[in-house]
Amino acid sequence: MDKLFVPRELIAEILAHCKECYPYEACGILAGQFGVSKKIYKIKNIEKSSVSYMMEPGEQFTVMKEMREQGLEMTAIYHSHPVSSAYPSPKDVSLAFYQDSVYVIVSLVNDEPLIKAFEIKDDIIKEIEIIYS
Amino acid sequence: MAVKVRIPTPLQKLTDGKDEVEGEPGTIISLINFLNSKYPGMGERITEGGKVRKFVNIYINDEDIRFLKNEETEVKDGDEVSIVPAIAGG
Ligand SMILES: [Zn+2]
Repeated sequence: MDKLFVPRELIAEILAHCKECYPYEACGILAGQFGVSKKIYKIKNIEKSSVSYMMEPGEQFTVMKEMREQGLEMTAIYHSHPVSSAYPSPKDVSLAFYQDSVYVIVSLVNDEPLIKAFEIKDDIIKEIEIIYS
Repeated sequence: MAVKVRIPTPLQKLTDGKDEVEGEPGTIISLINFLNSKYPGMGERITEGGKVRKFVNIYINDEDIRFLKNEETEVKDGDEVSIVPAIAGG
């Protein structure tokens, strides 16, 4: 995948969720079909931290089950960086198990949030263009 | 009837792309050993020193094994076991 297609409404929801959780990291999943995201799942970050996140396992499990039942794929995994740039941290890279998904990172360091997408495969980070549809 | 095991996308490389495989009844740890004998490499992706890795969650039907008996949780014919790597980072 070299581009991530996301409707503007979903981007707005991601940004709102990240601001809502500030100063803690927010996290969630985008689900869709054929590489186009159509649904957002906001998931609880059990870490309650500005520098770390872990999705609440039970919630993650339920969401993944629902996605499977609805024939949706996990198009992206998003989380916020309240105090750092929109780029994967070493921890993001070491825990990037879902290599087929795209990792979306929202930085809240500046007044205007910055949103970027990355593919993280075998410790290699590649930026992916976000296409607002 | 056997045990149905759901394989997450990150581990499907080991199962030729299959998202569901069959396992044998026993305990979670014996099931993982069985999977590793059929799909070499699976064991170390799920466990470390005989314990399920911190960033891997395992469910029997809809129950997290951490709320049951962890690696010693019994798996019966007809059960559905899901292996789910955590989504986490910093
Ligand atoms: Zn991060």
